[in-house]
Amino acid sequence: MIYDPAPLAIFIFLGFVFGTVGLSFYLGRKAKSSEGYFAAHGQIPWAVNGVAFAGDYLSAASFLGICGMIAAYGYDGFLYSIGFLAGWIVALFVIAEPMKRLGKFTFADALDAKFNSRGIKGAAGISTLVVSIFYLIPQMVGAGSLIQPLLGLPHWVGVVMVGVVVIMIVVTAGMVSTTWVQFLKGSLLVVFSTVLVVMLLQKGLTTDTSSFETIGPLSEQQLKQNTIEGRQVIPPTGGWLSTTGKEQEFIRFVPRDGRAGYDIFHIDDDPDSDGKLLRQAQSVTGSGASKLIDGAPNGRENGERELQPIGHLSKLPGGETSTGPLGPISFFTTIGDSEVILWGNTTITNPEGPKTTVYYQKPTVGKRVLRPGEHPKFAGIRGESFGAKLNFLSLMLALFCGTASLPHILIRYYTVKDGSAARKSTIVGIATIGFFYVLTLYLGLGAMTSGALDLTDTNMSAPLLANSIRPWLFAVISAIAFTTVLGTVSGLILASSGAVAHDLLSGVMGIKLSGEAQVKVAKLAAIIVGGIAIILGVLFKELNVGYLVGWAFSVAASANLPALVMLLFWKKTTKEGIIASVLVGMVSSLGWILLSADTYKSVYGLDPNEAIAPFSQPGIITIPLAFITLIVISLYYGKKQDANASKASA
Amino acid sequence: MNTSDSPSPQRRFNTRLGLFLFLVYLTLYTGFVLINAFAADKMETIVLAGLNLAIVYGFGLIVFALVLALIYGLMCRRDPTEDVATEAADAAQGDSK
Repeated sequence: MIYDPAPLAIFIFLGFVFGTVGLSFYLGRKAKSSEGYFAAHGQIPWAVNGVAFAGDYLSAASFLGICGMIAAYGYDGFLYSIGFLAGWIVALFVIAEPMKRLGKFTFADALDAKFNSRGIKGAAGISTLVVSIFYLIPQMVGAGSLIQPLLGLPHWVGVVMVGVVVIMIVVTAGMVSTTWVQFLKGSLLVVFSTVLVVMLLQKGLTTDTSSFETIGPLSEQQLKQNTIEGRQVIPPTGGWLSTTGKEQEFIRFVPRDGRAGYDIFHIDDDPDSDGKLLRQAQSVTGSGASKLIDGAPNGRENGERELQPIGHLSKLPGGETSTGPLGPISFFTTIGDSEVILWGNTTITNPEGPKTTVYYQKPTVGKRVLRPGEHPKFAGIRGESFGAKLNFLSLMLALFCGTASLPHILIRYYTVKDGSAARKSTIVGIATIGFFYVLTLYLGLGAMTSGALDLTDTNMSAPLLANSIRPWLFAVISAIAFTTVLGTVSGLILASSGAVAHDLLSGVMGIKLSGEAQVKVAKLAAIIVGGIAIILGVLFKELNVGYLVGWAFSVAASANLPALVMLLFWKKTTKEGIIASVLVGMVSSLGWILLSADTYKSVYGLDPNEAIAPFSQPGIITIPLAFITLIVISLYYGKKQDANASKASA
Repeated sequence: MNTSDSPSPQRRFNTRLGLFLFLVYLTLYTGFVLINAFAADKMETIVLAGLNLAIVYGFGLIVFALVLALIYGLMCRRDPTEDVATEAADAAQGDSK
């Protein structure tokens, strides 16, 4: 799709960004000591910290990724919402208070509280860095996606902008300003998402049968003619020919009115007769500047074509065309009884020239988008393959265990004064985040039926839904989404810079730094990590934001959670056990992801069938593995120490 | 560092309460995940007000998380050792928010 940057949107957007950075400068003047920089002196009120949790947590993945997934395939994206929220139960009931009691600045502090070991500080510091960088990638990718429609700038510009602004925020201020920015952003996100859902329900649902053409029903005989309903068929060549054993899927017509390119239609069965229907499709050939849309250059000039926005209902219950205002329950029941147009895609390989991706309409009974299993990555739960079911269980396990092991969430426990405040702020966080996740199902399904979606970028679904309701809402929602990214990224960069300055430099290498020098080193580290994040964000721009976050959760859950839980609940845990568990969890989950089918396909561009890992989500194997490692190593070294102790006393 | 010190009875109560509520939620979450993985068709059953099991159970898990969190918040006992520490910190900072 081609986006028109609106002056109002740019104005509101820049207002937000300058407001955020200004606030950050103002608050940053106070934070000179290391207590202030890393932990805001432990003086943040719990209610503010609770909403700031929501600000930290509701990242680009929640707002852009989940809504986009629901808009494209229905209920499946909501499984992420459920898993992301369930993780907070682990955080509240198991981790929150001990975390606050044990640590000072970083996650490594808490792990190391009992042992004072360089090894633990090193392992935990490195795992913080790895998880943060993994989590940073989707945020940066999301930022790039947002900038495109809003300001009409290329993807990489968005990534660089976020990087630079965030580095400025983190370097000028630290935890105090990050917390207040998160608080502001968390509140705005929830308030405006609510406004959006209310307006969506007020508007109700409508059918659209005119945006895309349908021809037929036609008989098999009519399909073989050179002209169909007065339109001239382009004889299929190359990849467009039907291959053996497979019926021809598409028909291309010479366009009418002398337009460039071709009109492409998908051949579909007519549910009401024996004949075939031709439903209009859209195609993209190649990429970059030489990209062709339906065989013509991408653009709006004469002789050019652009992708049309998608997402509509083809039938409402009772043959209506518009429902009028709907309630929060009737919204779902109405969609359930309607027919939704989802879009599938298939690739046509031409002997010469680049591949063509054809996007085609898939009329779908509304009930199917309200149940799990429609997304290709979740379709396995409806199949017979045990591996696919295991993959699903693995993802849900990682989401459940991941939240309580994310470094940028864990450090937020140090900004309040005591265990009781940590508890209260987590409860406020759960309320805010839970409410938002309920909204995601409305936002996603609303976007699915908004007629405004971009075929090639599902991440933009929520902002485009806002655009279809009111343009000013689009500007506000996009600006909030952008500050969402800013906030999460600054939290992550702060966590990584703390790991470098506090854990690795002073903890492991034993370099004694004064509080102020530590802050300086942390700021330098923030610039470097920010730079790395910018580069990765540009490299990974094709990947789905929500899916990438699933991976970050797997690594966090495998590396951090087993050590944290065992330290709290098993007396025989030794420092060797903790170090081994963190390293084994991190390396095994990371290795698994790098060798999985999804990475083969989307990162290396290799055949996914050659992948070594049997399924994509590592959690179900690597989390237990880290637990077992900790137990075995602890028992081994525990015995050795006992033996040494008895020898010494003998 | 006081993990090795024996924790106060209040703190022990809080830890047990937390673990109990955690297990309650874990059971419900596991049930949801297992139905999805091994009996996905069941999720289409209409159970309440015309809504299917997927939506009712899913929303239910979110609402129930908040309910359990509130129960925990209301039932937790104050840790006296922590109060002492907090008051000392407040006195030092001259600030009690």
